[in-house]
Amino acid sequence: MPARRTSAAAFLVLAVAGAALVGCSKKDDGKASADGAAGPVQVTATDSACGLSKTSFPAGHVELAVANKGSKVTEVYVYSDGDKIVTERENIGPGTKVTINAEIKAGTYEVACKPGMTGDGIRQKITVTAGASASAKADDRLTQAVADYRKYAQEQADATVPVVEQFAAAVTAGDVEKAKSLFAASRVGWERTEPVAESFGDIDPKTDTREDALEEGQAWTGWHRIEKSLWVDGRIGDEEKTLAAQLVADLKDWQKRVPEAEITPTGMANGAKELLDEVSKNKITGEEDRYSHTDLSDFAANVEGARQAYELLKPVASENEPELSRTLDAEFEKITELLGKYRGADGTYTSYDKVTEDERKAFSDAVNSLGEPLSKLAAAVVAK
Amino acid sequence: MDAENEQQAAPAEGGGQAQRAGLSRRAVIGWAGAGVALGAAAVGTVAAATMSDGDGAAAPQTSPEVPFYGEHQSGISTPVQDRLHFAAFDVITDDRDALVKMLKEWTKAAASITGGREVGGGAVGVVPESPPDDTGEALGLPASRLTLTIGFGRTLFEKDGQDRFGLRAKLPEALVELPKFKGDRLEAARSGGDLCVQACADDPQVAVHAIRNLARIGMGVVNVRWSQLGFGKTSSTTPDSQTPRNLMGFKDGTHNIAGTDADSLAQHVWVAPGDGADWMTGGSYLVARRIRMTIETWDRSSLKEQEDTFGRTKIEGAPYGKQKERDAPDLSAMPADSHVRLAHPDSNGGLMILRRGYSFTDGTDGLGRLDAGLFFLAYQRDTRKAFVPLQTKLAANDRLNEYITHVGSAHFACPPGVRKPGEWWGQTLFG
Repeated sequence: MPARRTSAAAFLVLAVAGAALVGCSKKDDGKASADGAAGPVQVTATDSACGLSKTSFPAGHVELAVANKGSKVTEVYVYSDGDKIVTERENIGPGTKVTINAEIKAGTYEVACKPGMTGDGIRQKITVTAGASASAKADDRLTQAVADYRKYAQEQADATVPVVEQFAAAVTAGDVEKAKSLFAASRVGWERTEPVAESFGDIDPKTDTREDALEEGQAWTGWHRIEKSLWVDGRIGDEEKTLAAQLVADLKDWQKRVPEAEITPTGMANGAKELLDEVSKNKITGEEDRYSHTDLSDFAANVEGARQAYELLKPVASENEPELSRTLDAEFEKITELLGKYRGADGTYTSYDKVTEDERKAFSDAVNSLGEPLSKLAAAVVAK
Repeated sequence: MDAENEQQAAPAEGGGQAQRAGLSRRAVIGWAGAGVALGAAAVGTVAAATMSDGDGAAAPQTSPEVPFYGEHQSGISTPVQDRLHFAAFDVITDDRDALVKMLKEWTKAAASITGGREVGGGAVGVVPESPPDDTGEALGLPASRLTLTIGFGRTLFEKDGQDRFGLRAKLPEALVELPKFKGDRLEAARSGGDLCVQACADDPQVAVHAIRNLARIGMGVVNVRWSQLGFGKTSSTTPDSQTPRNLMGFKDGTHNIAGTDADSLAQHVWVAPGDGADWMTGGSYLVARRIRMTIETWDRSSLKEQEDTFGRTKIEGAPYGKQKERDAPDLSAMPADSHVRLAHPDSNGGLMILRRGYSFTDGTDGLGRLDAGLFFLAYQRDTRKAFVPLQTKLAANDRLNEYITHVGSAHFACPPGVRKPGEWWGQTLFG
């Protein structure tokens, strides 16, 4: 249904068609009136206020129509308990409007507007009621997929912590070589389920920040800080030992919090896509593990985690979009096969500084070939 | 903002500056008027486009939309637009069906974008959870005379001795591997390609949007091998308009094939039945050369040296010994190694190519100089009888070689046009 770019009439047609589309999907659910009454939540952000058109609405798809009427660039967050990010949008310029779409489950939340993009923001409590839309139309298979994915995320965290403890023990013992040999392995479970860890907001910056991503005044902690000491400096001091202990503590916090993570089917699908985005942006270029060159290990873990999310969503996705599902099967297979060529008998991967430009291009092609169809997975699991 | 108000306002300002401002404002109004007309006739234009014979040459310069469907691909004899985004692609699959499917999707998208419409489900998207089909940066912009022209490289037919897609038998003899010309310093990363798409438009954003969306649709099937942006068209296929200048400051392409000159097009540009591969009938062969100009040394050369190099005067563009740009040249009056003398049809048995090049500057060369030059595009009926002999001669003798280096090269077979909806790019080759 292409719309003519320059014709006002065509925009009208598009709008009508769009309405018809929404109308259809709602009629199918038999809840046209309930949803129709819902509509988007208007968020009016100014330099001193964060106004909401309503503070109570039913669970399911929630549309936040944000208008920044202030003079500063703002951000809007939806937090659940403990400031876990449910959804967020940054860089909303003065005078601009954006729409944030999220799937929100029943519960109490806080909406925060952050004029100037700093601080805790101006907060408003909201209540999302269990009701009509989401729960009623939830597909049992998707509910199962979410439960299974949470189980997977928990398993990964449970398996990771002991390896990180070994890694930390090697650091504490001042054993550079042993610490180096455990570095890549200590990251696998984290990399497989990174979107879950990132959803907590506060853990990722402490554990997985690269030097160039530091904000002014932010202390550099976590894996990559220790990586630099091991590979560049080749020595371990008291500071590194403290950092290793901190890394263990932070990851235990992650392990403990997986049960509270907000996981939705579309969140899983978009999380899978984000893992590929991570690969595309940081691993292909060799920026992620720039000192240790263990990028391919992270790369493989990202792909494995994305594939796990996809496999769990596949019963629904393959029914809604069979062709997309076939493409994803084929592309996951191809990229897995390609990565396999770089995996040694001991499970470690070729050092990325030994991977030629041509080989990197082949990886890039494989990532693009998978990432593009993967970006369509979320739509394929949206309840119809 | 109608024309009448504009005319009333102009004299009141007076002076040279106001006159210049008046000119450009009128140009803007011309565009706006076209846009309004387009909006009003939205439905009709689409219908008309599907009925057109594809002869874009007759379209006036301000026409916002060039018909996509026709006997020949648009973007060849079409009046040259202001901007270029050219991309060469490598096919990364060995699945012929996947390639054909992509070509069909490309065709559909190309018909939409050249008509000023969005790709697929549009930039708004179908569901908010999914990325929109169209990347959106051309929203609100007119079609801007966008044309998209596809070509197939030799390596699509055969690569490293492999018949990749069962096309080897269809490789046209005219699609030769270009010989190494004297002075060539070709970079692999700027040369070759299994496929190419030439996007020309009056707005660079519209051209880039087109290539970007095709590249996106092609993920998993093709990747971008190299791409080139171009500005300031250096050749005109509309003899009535002012001949554009290249970065050396000279008028370039004075004696080009006019898009309206059906006889010359038939003789020199379009592949005719019996020329060779049947699937190419109505198509044309494209040679793309990235020609780096050492503009720094050029700028230090005397006006006389510059004019001797071309064999024309710099300001008027008149051939040596004549007054006006379009005066018939007396080749014997030009230096023997001058560019125009060597390249002129009269020195080459009447040989002509249709040029459609653009200037470029791509950052620096790492030595503190601009990486600037001419992205040369030439269409012809048979490259073996046109570009190859011409360039062999120029590479050996042209005084211009002192200031230029060919650093990129590619050769493509551009199939005939997509005549109506339902047909697709490459159908005559794959179908």
